[in-house]
Amino acid sequence: MAEAVQARQPEGDAPLLRVRGLAKHFDVSPPFVTRALQGGGRSILRAVDGIDFEIERGKTFSLVGESGCGKSTVARLVVGLYKPTEGHVEFDGVDLASLATRKAMEPVRKRMQMIFQDPFASLNPRWRVADIVAEPIRTHRLIDDSRDVLHRVGELLEQVRLSARDGEKFPHEFSGGQRQRISIARALASNPEFLVCDEPTSALDVSVQAQVLNLMKDLQRELGLTYFFISHDMAVVYHISDYVGVMYLGRLVEWAPAEEVFHNPQHPYTRLLLDAIPDLEMTGRPRQAVAGEVPSPIHPPSGCHFHPRCPFASDRCRAEVPPSLPRTGGQVACHAVEEGRMPDAGNSA
Amino acid sequence: MSAARRTDAMAINTDRREITPSLAGRAADSLHRFFDGDVYYSFRRSPVAMVAFAVTLVLFFVAIFAPWVAPHNTDDVTTLNLMNARFPPWGFTDPFGTEGVARFLLGTDDQGRDIFSAMMFGLQISLMVGFASVILAAVVGTSLGLISGYIGGRLDSVIMRIADIQLTFPAILIALLIDGTVAGLLPRAVAQDLKIYVLILAIAASQWVNFARTVRGSTLVEKNKEYVQAAKVIGVHPALIMIRHVLPNVTGPVLVIATLSLALAILTEATLSFLGVGVPVTHPSLGTLIRIGQQYIFSGEWWMTIFPSLALVVLVLAVNLLGDWLRDALNPKLR
Repeated sequence: MAEAVQARQPEGDAPLLRVRGLAKHFDVSPPFVTRALQGGGRSILRAVDGIDFEIERGKTFSLVGESGCGKSTVARLVVGLYKPTEGHVEFDGVDLASLATRKAMEPVRKRMQMIFQDPFASLNPRWRVADIVAEPIRTHRLIDDSRDVLHRVGELLEQVRLSARDGEKFPHEFSGGQRQRISIARALASNPEFLVCDEPTSALDVSVQAQVLNLMKDLQRELGLTYFFISHDMAVVYHISDYVGVMYLGRLVEWAPAEEVFHNPQHPYTRLLLDAIPDLEMTGRPRQAVAGEVPSPIHPPSGCHFHPRCPFASDRCRAEVPPSLPRTGGQVACHAVEEGRMPDAGNSA
Repeated sequence: MSAARRTDAMAINTDRREITPSLAGRAADSLHRFFDGDVYYSFRRSPVAMVAFAVTLVLFFVAIFAPWVAPHNTDDVTTLNLMNARFPPWGFTDPFGTEGVARFLLGTDDQGRDIFSAMMFGLQISLMVGFASVILAAVVGTSLGLISGYIGGRLDSVIMRIADIQLTFPAILIALLIDGTVAGLLPRAVAQDLKIYVLILAIAASQWVNFARTVRGSTLVEKNKEYVQAAKVIGVHPALIMIRHVLPNVTGPVLVIATLSLALAILTEATLSFLGVGVPVTHPSLGTLIRIGQQYIFSGEWWMTIFPSLALVVLVLAVNLLGDWLRDALNPKLR
């Protein structure tokens, strides 16, 4: 298995991660007895409802969208914490679903790691930092000698701009930003090439956010990492991304290179998101809020999920799910764009 | 620049030698952290906890060292003399005019055993049964709760339904059932020897549910935390995640329940011994002593039952108060 995965590495042009028709539905029905007594059928929450994208080696692909649109679910599907209801996640040409056992998964596990949102929950409070960072090394038996493990842990901590001596401390002795850097050190411990970052900066102060983001960019340059980055913060995404995908209620409505998405947004939802970014030039002037709230993914709107909030919605939008069509550098799923009903994307960013 | 970096790296290398800690160093360190910690602080601030702890400590000491501390080895039948039976405590006179003697400080029972010494040995048996059953219940309950909560699904349902059914049987009924079965199946002498284990098993059987439910609840909370998910992404074996990640984070409540259960176990043991299911008369526990004594209470020979009862009350009260304090001390919401 390991050889098979390694043998694929040289073909550098193929995308590292390929997601095809990925869907995850959660059964949120009340218990059987309640359903029998009160009537009412099963209710299915379509957290992720068929999305496709690819991530090239060494690039950063960001997924943005409002809270509850399924971004984090996609992240968890990609690293295999959830099993997809439909569709495939292919990592370096290997379908993760084909790796049924933990043993078969191991070669991929080493190459793919995750950084979590909450730096206060993602480190075991009872473990010393050195043990936390060493966990991937010990789990995969990458280094046998325990002194060498500690040496490597020291290197990793220095790599994320902490001191090797910090390994002796416990997580509660660190600030949020430092903890997030410990998380990054742990993620790097097994020399992965792909990192899934689930809102790694959203729990941090703005000044610390920049530190962590710059660190992540530096590491990407040094180690040739590929990032799959989840965020709701457009400014953060603009800073770090090569490609941006915009998600709305379980579907990918638009994806393209970052420049394209920010300077030439096509989908009306992308435009609304960009309009909502606060910036200094706009200070004091009234801004247009994104009207309405995200509808419930248990009872999503018919047709295009965005139509109840969309200023350009037509009858076709209410009836028909828009297909993903090519746009400059990427894809967009919108009837209005297809029919040319959209006004030009002007000064959005 | 590069030279500076190299010296930097060397400095860090020497540091690294220091951070490889010895086992003793770690132990001393964690001891230091304990005395620095919130729990010790809260202990120092609670007079009730300190008194309860002192009383418990004295009783434990007396129980453990009973053969050396007790004035009279009541376990040795050859030292008993029926002529010494039913002496009142020192300084008291019984309804028949017998005066107490200093040799038997708290009087003697119907077989001439010194009550004071018998209580020490009884305390030993009571505490041993209590500890053994609580440890058994804690180990079984914690394991089942951990597995139930972490793995979930059908296994969880099965374990929790067994727990529910278990709750409908009181400890006394279980003890009577097991005791009856053992007595019926095995020869009398063997059954007599096994009585203490039957007792431990019965009490543990009635208590593991508390552990299982609490640990399951905490596990359900912990397993959704991101550090557990991180371990999953790393590819750690589920059993290792349970033992190394989840278990250390759910032990707080276990400690509290164990302390409170210890008091309950001692009481249950006393109840069972009082009913005659418990330990044999030759090695009486506190409960057995109370049972022996209550036969004589109507003839005015109160000391045989009052003193063991008092000892039981003090022990259970002290352990309970300690458990109460521990629950508050470990509960961050009450700080």
